[in-house]
Amino acid sequence: MAPHENAVDLNRQFATFFMKDLFFGIEVQKVQEVLRAQEMTRVPLAPGVLRGLINLRGQIVAAIDMRERLALPKRSSEQEPMNMIVRAEDGAVSLLVDEIGDVIHVSASSYEPVPETMAGNLKQLVSGVYKLDGRLLLVLDTERTLQLQHAH
Amino acid sequence: MEDNDLTNEFLIESTENLGRLDQEMVQLEQRPKDATLLASIFRIIHTLKGTCGFLGFSTIEGITHHAETILGQIRTGERDLTPALVSLVLESVDAVKAELGAIESTQKESGLQYADLVHRLEDAAIIGGVEEAPVVAVSAPEPEAVSEKQAAAKGLEPEATAAKGSSVTDSTIRVDVGLLDKLMNLVGELVLARNQVLQFTSRLEDASLNATSQRLNLITSELQEGVMKTRMQPIGVVWNKLPRVVRDLSAVCGKHINLEMDGAETELDKTIIEAIKDPLTHIVRNACDHGIEGSEARIQAGKAPAGRLMLRAFHEGGNVNIEIADDGNGVDTQRVRAKALQLGLIREDQAERMSERELANLVFLPGFSTAKEVTSISGRGVGMDVVKTNIEKIGGTVDLVSRRGAGTTIRIKIPLTLAIIPGLVVSVKQERFVIPQTSLLELVRLEGEESRRQIEWVGEAPLYRRRGNLLPLAFLDRVLHLDDGSGVAPDVLNIVILQAEDRQFGLVVDRVNDTQEIVVKPLGKQMKGLNCYAGATIMGDGHVALILDVMGIAQRSGVLAEGRGSGRNDDKAAPDTLLESRNSMLLFRAGEFDRLAVPLSLVARLEEIPRDRLEHAAGRPVVQYRGQLLPLVGLADQLGGYSQQNNDLPVQVIVFADGENRIGMMVDEIVDIVEDDIVIRRASNRSGILGSAVIGNQVTDVLDLQTVIRSADTGWFEKAQDERLLRILVAEEAAFARSLLRSSLEMGGYAVSEARDADEALAKLAANRFDLVIAALDLPNEGAAKILDATRRQPELSRIPILAMESMRHADTGSGLIPDGFSAALSRFDREGMLRSIEKLAKAIDTEEVSVAAFNRNAHGDPYHSRKEN
Repeated sequence: MAPHENAVDLNRQFATFFMKDLFFGIEVQKVQEVLRAQEMTRVPLAPGVLRGLINLRGQIVAAIDMRERLALPKRSSEQEPMNMIVRAEDGAVSLLVDEIGDVIHVSASSYEPVPETMAGNLKQLVSGVYKLDGRLLLVLDTERTLQLQHAH
Repeated sequence: MEDNDLTNEFLIESTENLGRLDQEMVQLEQRPKDATLLASIFRIIHTLKGTCGFLGFSTIEGITHHAETILGQIRTGERDLTPALVSLVLESVDAVKAELGAIESTQKESGLQYADLVHRLEDAAIIGGVEEAPVVAVSAPEPEAVSEKQAAAKGLEPEATAAKGSSVTDSTIRVDVGLLDKLMNLVGELVLARNQVLQFTSRLEDASLNATSQRLNLITSELQEGVMKTRMQPIGVVWNKLPRVVRDLSAVCGKHINLEMDGAETELDKTIIEAIKDPLTHIVRNACDHGIEGSEARIQAGKAPAGRLMLRAFHEGGNVNIEIADDGNGVDTQRVRAKALQLGLIREDQAERMSERELANLVFLPGFSTAKEVTSISGRGVGMDVVKTNIEKIGGTVDLVSRRGAGTTIRIKIPLTLAIIPGLVVSVKQERFVIPQTSLLELVRLEGEESRRQIEWVGEAPLYRRRGNLLPLAFLDRVLHLDDGSGVAPDVLNIVILQAEDRQFGLVVDRVNDTQEIVVKPLGKQMKGLNCYAGATIMGDGHVALILDVMGIAQRSGVLAEGRGSGRNDDKAAPDTLLESRNSMLLFRAGEFDRLAVPLSLVARLEEIPRDRLEHAAGRPVVQYRGQLLPLVGLADQLGGYSQQNNDLPVQVIVFADGENRIGMMVDEIVDIVEDDIVIRRASNRSGILGSAVIGNQVTDVLDLQTVIRSADTGWFEKAQDERLLRILVAEEAAFARSLLRSSLEMGGYAVSEARDADEALAKLAANRFDLVIAALDLPNEGAAKILDATRRQPELSRIPILAMESMRHADTGSGLIPDGFSAALSRFDREGMLRSIEKLAKAIDTEEVSVAAFNRNAHGDPYHSRKEN
């Protein structure tokens, strides 16, 4: 059953990205822009999730490593992450992701709540699932993703 | 001038408010039941009336008074709003506007009485009068006409106003601070972009590109300055409200206070102006309420009946200084002390060590208030600490200096602006960090051997020896866990000495780069938990650098806790013990001597005493000091010269104390405190000077304290000699150490003879009577042991106690063990301990031998016990 036509509305547009073999989406209006790997200043003593700070045209933006955030294995050293800049309440934050996908439309009918069986970390950060052709789109809850608890 | 400013402010504000009033009156007509709207209108009229009353514009005051009465009636629901009333109010507004125009061009009201309007307003104020009166209804539709008529009537032709060109309200506009903030941010970014462009173009050798980028550079700098200026306001904006505050307060307190202001044009960033408004008012209220006395008390104290309150503002080194000085009664430090102890804010032993100034500054502690009773004006104990917190919030400092009976001065120091600050760029392990320049005290670079020698380790804690003080050190790489574990001790050590609140510490970094103007950017909430960083900035190369929070770094590294608590405990290797192998010397200047030294161990306190507190008793200068008279000795005079100190400055006094005995030595300037191995190079034949020594790599004259004090004839030694005639022989090779020892003992009231070696000591012992011998263990010619041996074989000498003094070279091995045959072991640099040991022995001698000295002492009671209590 291909999800099609009719039920497409603007709120169902997602900017997508890949993390290993997982496919994520963020509501398109929450995404400011997408950038290649940037020079980063690391922040000593910050939790590992906080990879560093980047200079986004004069704005200082914190970069959050989604590998760490999702408790996935570390990226190999030659693999350069992409920056997905999302709008947060107090400015922009960059999410470091493996690979950027297309902006896609989904229909409301393909929506499912988070499956009970999803792994702990993932379940906390995913607000829902869209069943697409041959794959699942995991909707990232950006608010929760940006809430870091401090070990220090 | 001030009045003029006040009037201008009033004009701008009122014109704006009246503009709003027009609008709101019209809205009110449509929504007569809107209480918020009505309240707003009422407030505007009320404010206008009040301000006009204050400035003496009685016509406007009269009109607005009536308008207010009517609005008040509507507000309380006594009557309903009718169009006629709206018109009447609007007509009043127009009249006020016309008057404001007159004030703007002529500085005074037009002189028109508006009798008709006032009359109608008066009528209308009588409920039930206006509604029926058709006259009002007629005049209602044409308020503009009325105002035009009036303008014409009082001869204020439109062209007269126009001819004046730019009136106040024309030449200034009000801008949303948010917009200015945004401009400021944009300029900040432009500055960063400019920095980057400059960096790129410097690499390319293109003349025209270079010229363009230089131009960009200049324009950016000017723009930055300009935008910063738009946020600047003269401090007078805040001060203008103070004359009124002072006037009202002096009326309430029944005092007479003259307010003087100097530097009202000094400019400050808008945000800072806002932040200091309340603290400033609070300080002024405090000064009026507690500081300045009533006229009668002032006359009794020999002052002018009217108190003076001085406000002063000026720029100095990137900071703005604000001083609030009164000539009142000053802070009663004894009461402050008692109160602080009672409230448990400080401990007894802390209080003991505090200077007058430190005591006075206790008023800034949270929960402190000395007012005997809470008054309505100030003094609920929530005052000064809030002042301090508010000022510190904007990166400023507050200090209080007070002289009992002469007044109090509060100094506030605040940075000019917050958004762009000068910072020092340092790097450690390839990472760059910025340290705000305001916390920076000094940079120290140690190379090679020096870096190992000047760093001491007490357990895990590194300390740096800086001019006689031990400074705790923190290694930035370790604090931030950047230590890569390579463990190679670097050859060069860069120490950035920083001030964290009232404490100092050294931060060790790999490299000190340069200073830069940086644009402070806040960190997002993802980094809230990290107190080591104050923000971030973008450097010239486009990279982000973190700005260190000095206080946070200090806390994290533990340098603040160290020195204060465990560092002083005796059971640990305290920093103090490290110093004992060397001498701490106080360096100062007096008369023709530019570099004089005296052992710090003899010094009780350093004081700064205002010249007008100097008094004379029996022909000698004295000062009232901690409830006693402190005799003063002018050192320059004693050394046969003249003091070269400026007569306007306070007197620098070194206080020497021995129990109850105190003496103050007036010097020209305290220079430094150094720790050094001291070698006397040349003995001096000049009275008052022991000799010259090389201290801190410079030739320094060492003061012969005892001779100076004796020749000053202050009665110090007479008293001492009356009571104690114990004769002590000091056997010590080093001339300097011997002289020091003699000084210490003579200051303690003993008669002292010196011997250079064992043979000389024995010769002197044979020739004279001594009660006690102090012998250095490293004395030449078999040293102390020989003296011990020889004396024990002679019956008449065998009872003389001999005290062993640890050797110079092994000062740190002073284990407290008494070598066989000696009566006590002394630590060379523990003056107190030495005197205690001698006293103990002296008592023993007393009981065995009834000497004249002992007799005298007994007759006067036991002086040792009374001494020990101190």
